[in-house]
Amino acid sequence: MTAPAATPPAPAAAPAAAPDLVTVNIDGHALAVPRGANMLEAARLAGVDIPRYCYHPKLAPAGNCRMCLVETGAPALDPATRQPLIDPATGGQKINWMPRLQIACATAAAPGLHLRTTTQAVRDAREAVTEFLLVNHPLDCPICDKAGECLLQEQAAAHGRGCSRFIERKNVKPKRTQLGPRVMLDDERCILCARCIRFTRDIAKQDVLGFIDRGSHSTLACRAGRPLAHNYSLNTVDICPVGALTSTDFRFKMRVWFLKQTDGIDTESSAGVNTTVWSREGVIYRITPRRNDAVNDTWMPDSGRILHKQIRAENRLLAAKVNGQPAGLDAALDEAVRLLKKAAGAPSRSDGSPGAAATTTTADAGVAASGTAPNPQSAIRNPQSLHLVASTRATVEEQYLAKKLADALAIPAAARHLPAHLAAGDGLLLTADRAPNTRGALLTGLAAGLPAPALAALAADIDAGRARTLLVINEDLAAAGLTAAQLARVRIIYIGTHANPAAAAARVVLPARTVFEKKGSFVNQQFRLQRFDPAIPGLAGTTDDLVLLARLLAAVTAPAAGPAPAAAPHGINAIWRSLAADTPVFAGIEYATIPPGGLPLAPGPLAALPFPEGESLHYKPQLFQLAKTDAEK
Amino acid sequence: MPDAPQQRRIIFQHIDEPGYTPGIDCYLRHGGYETLRRAVTRPPAELRDEVKKSGLRGRGGAGFPCGVKWGLVDRKSGKPIYLIVNADESEPGTFKDRYIIHQDPHQLIEGVMLSCFANDVKQAYIYIRGEMPRGARILENAIAEARAKNFAGPDILGTGRSCEIHVHRGAGAYICGEETGLIESLEGKRANPRIKPPYFPAVLGLYQCPTIVNNVETLCHVKHIIAMGGAEYAKIGTPNNTGTRIFGVSGHVRRPGAYEYECGKITLGRLLYDVCGGPLPGRELKAVIPGGSSAKVLRFGEKFTLKNKDGSTRELAMEDIPLDFDTLAACGTMGGSGGLIVMDDSVSMVEALANINAFYAHESCGQCTPCREGSLWMKKITARMVRGAARPEDAALLKSVAAQIPGRTICAMGEGCAWPTQSFLAKFGAEFENYYETRQNRPADALPLI
Repeated sequence: MTAPAATPPAPAAAPAAAPDLVTVNIDGHALAVPRGANMLEAARLAGVDIPRYCYHPKLAPAGNCRMCLVETGAPALDPATRQPLIDPATGGQKINWMPRLQIACATAAAPGLHLRTTTQAVRDAREAVTEFLLVNHPLDCPICDKAGECLLQEQAAAHGRGCSRFIERKNVKPKRTQLGPRVMLDDERCILCARCIRFTRDIAKQDVLGFIDRGSHSTLACRAGRPLAHNYSLNTVDICPVGALTSTDFRFKMRVWFLKQTDGIDTESSAGVNTTVWSREGVIYRITPRRNDAVNDTWMPDSGRILHKQIRAENRLLAAKVNGQPAGLDAALDEAVRLLKKAAGAPSRSDGSPGAAATTTTADAGVAASGTAPNPQSAIRNPQSLHLVASTRATVEEQYLAKKLADALAIPAAARHLPAHLAAGDGLLLTADRAPNTRGALLTGLAAGLPAPALAALAADIDAGRARTLLVINEDLAAAGLTAAQLARVRIIYIGTHANPAAAAARVVLPARTVFEKKGSFVNQQFRLQRFDPAIPGLAGTTDDLVLLARLLAAVTAPAAGPAPAAAPHGINAIWRSLAADTPVFAGIEYATIPPGGLPLAPGPLAALPFPEGESLHYKPQLFQLAKTDAEK
Repeated sequence: MPDAPQQRRIIFQHIDEPGYTPGIDCYLRHGGYETLRRAVTRPPAELRDEVKKSGLRGRGGAGFPCGVKWGLVDRKSGKPIYLIVNADESEPGTFKDRYIIHQDPHQLIEGVMLSCFANDVKQAYIYIRGEMPRGARILENAIAEARAKNFAGPDILGTGRSCEIHVHRGAGAYICGEETGLIESLEGKRANPRIKPPYFPAVLGLYQCPTIVNNVETLCHVKHIIAMGGAEYAKIGTPNNTGTRIFGVSGHVRRPGAYEYECGKITLGRLLYDVCGGPLPGRELKAVIPGGSSAKVLRFGEKFTLKNKDGSTRELAMEDIPLDFDTLAACGTMGGSGGLIVMDDSVSMVEALANINAFYAHESCGQCTPCREGSLWMKKITARMVRGAARPEDAALLKSVAAQIPGRTICAMGEGCAWPTQSFLAKFGAEFENYYETRQNRPADALPLI
């Protein structure tokens, strides 16, 4: 039985070469795998789970835990003819089995390689390693944060002898060593797998960890004067197979089995790191990386793990406001619509078609109406006084609705502003573009060019009195360079999550939701479309951004004498239908079918824009653009 | 010693001679560096062939054929080839290399230079055990002398070929004697042995370059092989166990010391009784560890049934074992480093094992699980036994723990730490089972055990 195996993911930028497949045999099942493939991974493809501790798919094998010992063999060859020998007992190929067990994690796939993982010798070895790992382990699972997701716990249950023969005193080691600001070490739990050392040395390129002392008394420690303080330190906690390394933030907060896992995206930068958001009863307890071999492997920055603390931050906007006074959402929306229409000028009655008016009562009112609306350019006059400040931190869907809204309000390109969020990239997973969705703004047509670092043009328009009304979507205008005096000169409609000078100066404040409270998608630096789901319900007083935008859109496109805008929809699927129809790059995509690992888009000429990102983990600017150009040919 | 067999001194030819000093002038007066002078014009492959023909087996412990080891070196990689002299002699009971270094350092340096010529090596390192500061100083001096006479350094003897030797002092760990651990240590890292595959020194050794690691005594033999020719050398000793070996005898014999004999030409009994003078007065020999403390112990009075080549079997008394690699292996132990540790009937095997176990638990590098945890567990058991808390079931437990280690570790220390326990239990099991009672009868004023 020869089954073609899934090839392991190739590096994103490299053109996929035809893999050199070899046939190996694992527990009697033949399968084709790339030559040199890791046999522990190959076994996984064959449905054979080989237990391991020190092996990690994204780290160089260390071979020190000895848990993955298996029997290996190769076909016996006739010394004269070099032809495989036949075993008369079985009629099959004669296999020369190695006398010693070998570690699967450092065994590379070679033609005819045979593996046996279920023999008595293998079972004995696993039981022995398990017993050895447990003799000096404190077995404090009831108070250990790792319990429930601990490799030692799981594999001890599967492969251990179930009782202890150890009556000696256990080793005593330091229990609470603060390795860095975010990582705590309990050395007694450590099984010395060296995953953390290899990660900090090889991935984070900060060789700060090492073992001191010797033998069973070996102790993990930081190099003198160099704490584990880099922005990737918490990955060591993720990959620690036991509870030796724990996050000071998550420590003793919650048992992991109570937590719900939701797919998220790190919004810190355009890398689009895939995350898992762990929550319970509307509270997020931690964020960990979610494996995506094309984006972030199994890593994420520490800084992205605390973003959930913004949800209940003191400056969170939790009530709609009109002229600084709390107002109902409907009232605030009405006031926003009034200001927008006033700034844009009333739409011409003759342009409102009866059909459009009728569709505004359907469930997907905002989208349907905008999709069939008459040309907004003819409907609205006096556009220059109304400016839009949109966000590269908004989702694709929100950006699309913002674009529709700007079209409906006839806001010209010169009056649509997109502040850039730039900082130095770290070469790994924090890129120079510190917003998750710059590509989305370009692809949806919201922006025609790259975001500007400062809103100089807008500032000039305000000073000149040309810009009088601003629709601001979740951007801090003060941070983008506008002065308090400038903010005081304009009427601001602010849709956003947190208080800032623009929100404080706004005539209308519409509280929106954080990325943890809504669903949507981002397009990362690789033009990879990635979706995320709401981890927790939105806080009371906030409204989904899509609802706010859809209701504004419905209202400004509704005929002046028509029926009142219908209740706005949670219409992400409808938005996608419209987006796919409007925008060729999204054609054929539905929100629900965006795969968990993301969907690479073909951006066309946009890829050639001078994006600010340098090289990072799975992104090489030049290579990426070349590959895209080739694909277009 | 009327009855003692004559030593065959090749390595020890001049050692202990009155007036023989470690200086280069003395070495040159005794024909030193003549072999090198004659060999530098010969093609390297020819020199390698001599070593291959000699059948020389490594004297560090494993007895791996030196010619085969050199044959495995990747010579096509384009990377430099390194030679490392393993002078980390740390195996308890072994003291031959230090003796050579102290008494006759130029013999080693000539062997090193010949091996470097044979293998196109331009940089050699002598990794010397940290606890041998005097040896390191002697070697430094000797290298300076050899350089001054143009036997080392640039343009050696006008050949246009260069080779430097550096002495590197270890930082004091048993595991630095394991060749890949040694390489890591030489690179300035913690001496954790490397996984093989992929890090076979012959391909990915020092600085990821092809590397030869040979024991001090082995490289000294190379000098004599090149001098007399591989075929001639192969006539010394017995087939497949060629040349001479230095046996370092320590423990409960009248004349402990280092003796050089042809491989397989002297039996264990002759060595211990006739050469070393037998047990101390009023004592009887009880056990001997034949190849450094990790080798499996032999019990006096033991009999072995060995297979002959024709398939028949023969009985062999322990005293009649010829001291060569193959017979010792057939008897379930090993020639190892040639360090024999002799114990007489005053020794409690439990206490002796407690001592050995304490050593291995202390020296396990801690990298891989079975050795790290197994050695310490065995130590804790034997230490508890000698503290007076032995249990009848400890013998079986020790046996079981020891069986869980060998064959499953990164380096050979798995075997090294388990074999003593396994063999002590196999051969002196009753002592372990009855130790609880023995311990009770121990005099109150006896010396502390560990």
